[in-house]
Amino acid sequence: MTVTDVLGFTVVALRGFRVRTVLMLLAMSIGVASVVVLTALGDGARRFVAEQFSALGTNLLIMLPGRSETTGGPPPLMGETPRNLTLNDALALRRIPGVRWVAPISLGNAEVSLGARNREVLILGTTEEYLHVRGLTMGQGRFLVTPDPTRASPECVIGARIREELFAAQVALGQWLRLGDRRCRVVGILGTQEHSLGVAMDEIVLVPVVFALALFDKESLFRVLVEARTRDHVERTRQSVLEVIKARHEGEDDVTIIAQDAVLATFDNILYALTLAVAGIAAIALAVAGVLIMNVMLIAVSQRTPEIGLLKAIGAPPGQITTLFLSEAAMLSTCGALLGWLAGQLGVWALARAYPQVPIGAPLWAIAAALGIALVTGVAFGILPARRAARLDPVIALSRR
Amino acid sequence: MIRLEGIGREFRVGDQLVRALRNIDLSFEAGDYAAIMGPSGSGKSTLLNIVGLLDRPTTGDYYLEGQNVTDLSDGETASVRREKIGFVFQFFHLVPRLSAEDNVALPMTLAGVAPQERRSRVSEVLRSLGLADRSRHRPDQLSGGQRQRVAIARATVMQPAVILADEPTGNLDTKSGKEVLHILEGLNDRGMTLIVVTHDSEIGDRARRRIGLVDGSIETDLRQR
Repeated sequence: MTVTDVLGFTVVALRGFRVRTVLMLLAMSIGVASVVVLTALGDGARRFVAEQFSALGTNLLIMLPGRSETTGGPPPLMGETPRNLTLNDALALRRIPGVRWVAPISLGNAEVSLGARNREVLILGTTEEYLHVRGLTMGQGRFLVTPDPTRASPECVIGARIREELFAAQVALGQWLRLGDRRCRVVGILGTQEHSLGVAMDEIVLVPVVFALALFDKESLFRVLVEARTRDHVERTRQSVLEVIKARHEGEDDVTIIAQDAVLATFDNILYALTLAVAGIAAIALAVAGVLIMNVMLIAVSQRTPEIGLLKAIGAPPGQITTLFLSEAAMLSTCGALLGWLAGQLGVWALARAYPQVPIGAPLWAIAAALGIALVTGVAFGILPARRAARLDPVIALSRR
Repeated sequence: MIRLEGIGREFRVGDQLVRALRNIDLSFEAGDYAAIMGPSGSGKSTLLNIVGLLDRPTTGDYYLEGQNVTDLSDGETASVRREKIGFVFQFFHLVPRLSAEDNVALPMTLAGVAPQERRSRVSEVLRSLGLADRSRHRPDQLSGGQRQRVAIARATVMQPAVILADEPTGNLDTKSGKEVLHILEGLNDRGMTLIVVTHDSEIGDRARRRIGLVDGSIETDLRQR
């Protein structure tokens, strides 16, 4: 029997039992579609986070005061306070070759007021380099200009939302704001920013770092962002940064440096695992579809017992009968899988339209796996019914009407 | 061409042993026209199934065209059936979703005959049985007599040496029954061995050889000229 004959016979058989065929295709395609859509969502989330991180710069090192791990020496009895991470520490890092930007950060809350209006805002003190490190865009005016970071010129840049709430329709540029017990002039307004890792840049007031330190009456910086020139420089820069800090802190490297890459990798791993888990759950739907195929094929075998007896009587060897029934199961699962893939892609497309900011798309491995599992389960669960058909006693099969 | 030696067939029904056939010695010559007759339960269908290689004897040997086919594997008996034996059943056993011509072509499809040759042989056989205008009809669009004629076309399209018919007229009215018998006899006239199982003595009397079975043993074996 040629391949075309087998396929032709199978197609006619599938068309002959339309309801059964449609239900099977439905079951199979739901399984495949759910794998495609769910992995697309999971992978979309993973890529979304990855993009957020790389928007922050993949060459970024984040330095914070204090050491998170204990290295040697007896543990301090009274709880040693780490040395401050000062502005001068941060400025010293500028001299390291391979460092492109250094942005010191001082963070705190303060009340901002204009006339009778006031609200509590997040104040971020930094230098002009912060603009480059975070890739911010300006709406109006200019960013902070800090040729000498140690001087506190009374100016500020405000987020788009702050401008709306304080100034409404009035002109904001050049106006004076009261920040806590100090005053500063608005020199720029940030463009509408995407939320970047949970920090709402629309609701922030940026001031020169020294201004912020004075406002909060602090010596120590909150963080220092260091951007290496290239990705390859990251590790070397990290070493250099540690050495510089060690030299400045009487031989103690009492800072923690987090590489952006490491954080990203952690998130990546978590979300990848999540995607796999979700895909696994969806794969159960596929297995269920496989069991359904088995059931339906078993019913088909008992429905078509006389036909199988006839095929045997007119000279079909057991292998040929197995082939015919297996090809039915295989064709059901192939068509079901393809339909499911189409439906899944449609769902992914709809989701991508609904959430344009998340890069939703089923990864290739997931599609391949879904189609593969669909085919394998279809055929694997088709084997039992096909073998049962092949083993039927022709005399008994023919005696049934 | 068919030789049965000491054939016995036993079935186990519950804890009872039923001996459907007992020590049958029988042979058929090429071109024979034989009727196997007997009351129901006499073992005539079992005998036909063994001759048709659908069933295996418990004891004895079966030679078909000189070859011992008693102990062939399932695959081998399938190919013997395909090449040498044509079946006609009481209930036609057409595949309901296939057209008449596809039903007739089925044995050739299974045998892997090329589509072109299939088509020409099918149309030839259908024409000779007066079914040319029915070739695209499905079985449920055909009368009983037409269905049995399609079944005969299917049985003969591989040009077998033997036609085995199990109550071929059992499900037909008298007129179509006669037509079907005429067709089968016509095939016999052209040299095919024809073995018909029936409980109807009127049909049995038409055969040149009548074998009477009672309780699994041959009671009579008459030839008439």
